[in-house]
Amino acid sequence: MAGPDHAIDTVVAGVPVAARARRLNLWYGPSHVLKGVDCDLPERRITAVVGASGCGKTSFLRCLNRLNDEIEGARVEGEVRIGSVDAYAPGTAVHALRRRVGMVFQRPLPFPQSIVDNVTYGLRVAGVRNRRERMDRVEAALRLAGLWDEVADRLGRSALELSLGQQQRLVLARAIAVEPEMLLLDEPTSALDPAATLRLEERLQELSGRFTLVLVTHNMQQASRMSDFTAFMHDGRIVEFGPTGTVFVNPRDRRTEYFITGRDG
Amino acid sequence: MDPLHLSQHISRGFNAEIEEIRRGVLAMGGVVEAQLGAALRAMIEGIAPAAAEVAERERRINAAEVTLDEQCTSILARRHPTASDLRLVLTVMKMINDLERIGDEVKRVARKVDRIASGEDRADAELAELADLARRMLHDALDAFARLDEPLALETMRSDARIDAVWKRLQAAVVERMQREPERIPADLDRLWCARSFERIGDRCKNLCEFVLYLIRGEDVRHSGLARTPD
Repeated sequence: MAGPDHAIDTVVAGVPVAARARRLNLWYGPSHVLKGVDCDLPERRITAVVGASGCGKTSFLRCLNRLNDEIEGARVEGEVRIGSVDAYAPGTAVHALRRRVGMVFQRPLPFPQSIVDNVTYGLRVAGVRNRRERMDRVEAALRLAGLWDEVADRLGRSALELSLGQQQRLVLARAIAVEPEMLLLDEPTSALDPAATLRLEERLQELSGRFTLVLVTHNMQQASRMSDFTAFMHDGRIVEFGPTGTVFVNPRDRRTEYFITGRDG
Repeated sequence: MDPLHLSQHISRGFNAEIEEIRRGVLAMGGVVEAQLGAALRAMIEGIAPAAAEVAERERRINAAEVTLDEQCTSILARRHPTASDLRLVLTVMKMINDLERIGDEVKRVARKVDRIASGEDRADAELAELADLARRMLHDALDAFARLDEPLALETMRSDARIDAVWKRLQAAVVERMQREPERIPADLDRLWCARSFERIGDRCKNLCEFVLYLIRGEDVRHSGLARTPD
């Protein structure tokens, strides 16, 4: 694969790359939303993607698991690779891609079913027929999501009875159950109270030892305390990428500095 | 001058708080400069600084240190500063510590100068040169901070080498004189302590410049040899 067209820092030497985008362009109809995004996403690290509303961060996220395919008029050019797989190659199995690259949204979206059925849904679609195996993986996923102790005795109850914070962890368990490689998180805590936010952040930090996490957030404190790497997007491009400590103490680009410090102009 | 655009936050409250600590450090530095100036006049002209004035300036220096520490802590807790804002708060917290220590050294000088200024002896030329170098270093370090002037910070940092050279010469000269003229030992000892204080002030001013460079460049230049070699 050719290198990036312009000088975007790649990840710290020695950290494997889980996914990469090259010259990624996205249009929603006539609107040019992503304008040549180049990015290497480090494996089993948390990368925060920050930027002003409309800069393209959620659109970029949705390119990684081809969720933009669901939007009428969406058109992609360029390359996205998840590992060695070209996500946009003709014939790519999109459902399989979305199992490898799971997503958690801003508002928890549990199915109006039982807790256990929420988590086993993906497993059944993936063809896991053995009930014992499914239940083992349900427990493992709920433990990883930090929810098992709270729901172990009521797996048959409706997911809608859970609090918002619990629902978000349930959705996380649902994504984890199918053993993805990456998790995309689009402002996963913005609907949660501060305590639930911190609990989810703790879980996500532990999960980054197993999965590659990409986190879109408007919360600069969250980005700075949680992530290993930060990508700053502006007008459809990644302007700066680097270790979070560096980006938040000594950003290279004036636009990054202005954004994270809340300056005008 | 605002090359780092420190006063361009969307939040006017944050702008005001940043400006407050910037001005606070410069005001504190101004009092320390005045304290040093008074001590130098005492040495050179034989006019002892008024004890009440010295005590008042020291009170203001100490009060400024406490106030600025509180303001910086509040900014850290409430504003979660990042990038140049974070570097400014850290720089201010470190600078006030060094300024307070410079104030202590000046106080020591003022006490000894009092004895010298009582008519027994006058400072010799080398002590006066050392004192003047220290005064200029402090002035330039504060100027470099005020204007975020990187070349001035670098040049000032390097002038500490001149202070060290004069201090070594003075030491050798005074020790030699003490051996020749033992009756001058008490006054010469006082002279050595004063010189040592000016040399320490030079070191503290070098620290101030290192923090200014950290603020401007985002790079820690302490122990980097930058004071010795051209950039």
